[in-house]
Amino acid sequence: MAEIPDITARRAARNRWLLLMPALVILLVAASGPLLITLVYSFLSPGDYGGVEWQLSFDAWFNVFMQRDIFDDTLGWSDAHLSIFWRSVKLSALTTLACLAFGFPTAYFIATRPKKQRDLWMLLIIIPFWTNLLIRTFAILELIRNEGTVNTVLIALGIIDAPIQMLFTEFSILLGMVYVYLPLMVLPIYASMERFDFRLVEAGYDLYATQLQVLRRVILPLVKPGVIAGSILVFVPSLGAYVTPRVMGGGNQLMIGNLIELQFGQGRNWPLGAALSITLLAIVMVALLAYVRAAGNDEAHHG
Amino acid sequence: MTNAISARALRKVYPGNPPVEALGGVEIDIADNEFFTLLGPSGCGKTTILRLIAGFEHPTSGTLEMFGQSLLDLPPYKRQINTVFQSYALFPHMTVAENIGFGLEMLGRPKTEISQTVGEMMELVQMSHLADRQTGQISGGQQQRVALARALAPKPRVLLLDEPLSALDFKLRKNMQLELKRLQTETGITFIFVTHDQEEALTMSDRIAVMSDGAIRQIGSPREIYDHPADRFVADFIGDTNFLSADVVENRDGAATLRLGSGRTIAARAAQGVNGRVTIAVRPEHARLGTPAEGLLAGVLSDAVYFGTDTHFHVTLEDGTTFVLRQQNSPDSTAGFATGDPVGVCFPAEVAQVLRD
Ligand SMILES: Nc1ncnc2c1ncn2[C@@H]1O[C@H](COP(=O)(O)OP(=O)(O)OP(=O)(O)O)[C@@H](O)[C@H]1O
Ligand SMILES: [Mg+2]
Repeated sequence: MAEIPDITARRAARNRWLLLMPALVILLVAASGPLLITLVYSFLSPGDYGGVEWQLSFDAWFNVFMQRDIFDDTLGWSDAHLSIFWRSVKLSALTTLACLAFGFPTAYFIATRPKKQRDLWMLLIIIPFWTNLLIRTFAILELIRNEGTVNTVLIALGIIDAPIQMLFTEFSILLGMVYVYLPLMVLPIYASMERFDFRLVEAGYDLYATQLQVLRRVILPLVKPGVIAGSILVFVPSLGAYVTPRVMGGGNQLMIGNLIELQFGQGRNWPLGAALSITLLAIVMVALLAYVRAAGNDEAHHG
Repeated sequence: MTNAISARALRKVYPGNPPVEALGGVEIDIADNEFFTLLGPSGCGKTTILRLIAGFEHPTSGTLEMFGQSLLDLPPYKRQINTVFQSYALFPHMTVAENIGFGLEMLGRPKTEISQTVGEMMELVQMSHLADRQTGQISGGQQQRVALARALAPKPRVLLLDEPLSALDFKLRKNMQLELKRLQTETGITFIFVTHDQEEALTMSDRIAVMSDGAIRQIGSPREIYDHPADRFVADFIGDTNFLSADVVENRDGAATLRLGSGRTIAARAAQGVNGRVTIAVRPEHARLGTPAEGLLAGVLSDAVYFGTDTHFHVTLEDGTTFVLRQQNSPDSTAGFATGDPVGVCFPAEVAQVLRD
């Protein structure tokens, strides 16, 4: 009799390991493995036709931030790279802010609809998500290019004489990214709001809080987990975005993602690409840490 | 003196398919410093009245005034009215003290004043020891006290309470009833209290409005409502009542002579012009058992149910209906009748209440 629980316990433990295996394999092979390879590659020399030479070199890391002037051989900051980093961070932050500005009211609107209507509204938010990213991006491009819908209509109405150059600017990249990532902001905020007890809003009004005060003191603190999750979900992929800046930026408004692709493609400098990838990872982690800490402080402040 | 709250022809129709008329032309005057209770069955419109007064809903038509000033264009945060919500609606991300201080903070009061008032309020509801707890970590009864303190802290002129005691157990409920009454007397704030518990209404209120189907059936002191119910609904809803049919033999300016089913006649007060067949109400404790000859009504004692403090006697009358009497027990007395005995039902004529139909 005493043996049976022992056997069952051992079997349960074995089953747990079996169940864990796929996750462990994926983590090891698909996450840590490539990361490790990338890290190693960033310390090697580039091969002539892509790939790497197994020879230790710090050139790639040097080239991430610095450059040697081709004429007088002096050292200087790599302005091209730094401006691309700055553009990436700036556009991602703006994308996150814009998604928040549009996504929060949207989530609020849906969460305050009668229960039966909410699923329909959520479906409308999610449907674009089921469409291929490229197609969605080209659809936006069609809207804002010089001969596109917006310019055509504005000219037809006589509001402008010549088309407004919207495509291939930072604005067009921003527009594209906001459009593409908006659902990632709406979904988590909506999930928080659905659990929010809207009677608390009435309690706020009852206690002399104006609309703005109710938003700041009652709603925001309670849906903050959703806002944080949404911001991260938008910010992180924005920072590494590749397709949208490629299509909407037209090749002259690069973001980190495009720069990395360049190194693995035409640039034939895999170590630099690898070093840039690690840099991107570092930027993401620093930004997240700063953000989460700021959000945490805010909480401590309001209690 | 102006009334704290006064409503004229107040109507509220909730849009929908079909629209719901929650209130159909309500008239109320609630005096300053009054403990006023709205009493009625579920869905009769009690919460709707409170929400209109608080400003969470807008009336479909009619007027609503507080101390002589129209409330209709004031948003809720500009009304000197606070609510104790049925669900308490405490802010879960704030401590007990922060909840209680929230109203004063929104009013822009100085910090020293806020912390002083919060301290007083916590003392008042005996919550000082839990000031820094999150509201999710206190019991239902404690949440109820915090909700009360939070609503009282800004010293509103009118306090609305929507069934605040319904979630509490019996004992706590009895305590809170007394405490609420004491708070009302001490603060001098006008309380508008909603309940569907008639006993609660009778013990606490200065005046009660009995409601049904979006209309007020009767407004009066607990005594008036209990002893002189205006209609069958009120008589039935408040306390236990025996309904009897009677014929008006004569009605001289309200002094009427009624013939009961048994053939005996009694004198009673009735509205002018009431004639023909009427319903009268007699409270169980207003009647006593007697011999068939003594009684205004005769029948057979079909059941005697012992309740500790009193006994309920069920008498089957000659017309087959049942009349219930309640008699207080005392150690030395027995009713003197056994089930199956022919008995009479005796009551003084003035306790018979002629009802509006
Ligand atoms: N937002 C709303 N939309 C539609 N109908 C409503 C709404 N709120 C209340 N009603 C309806 O109005 C009527 C009165 O509701 P109210 O909440 O005032 O009742 P109540 O007397 O407070 O009931 P209870 O004792 O159950 O709380 C009910 O028939 C209810 O179904
Ligand atoms: Mg209600």
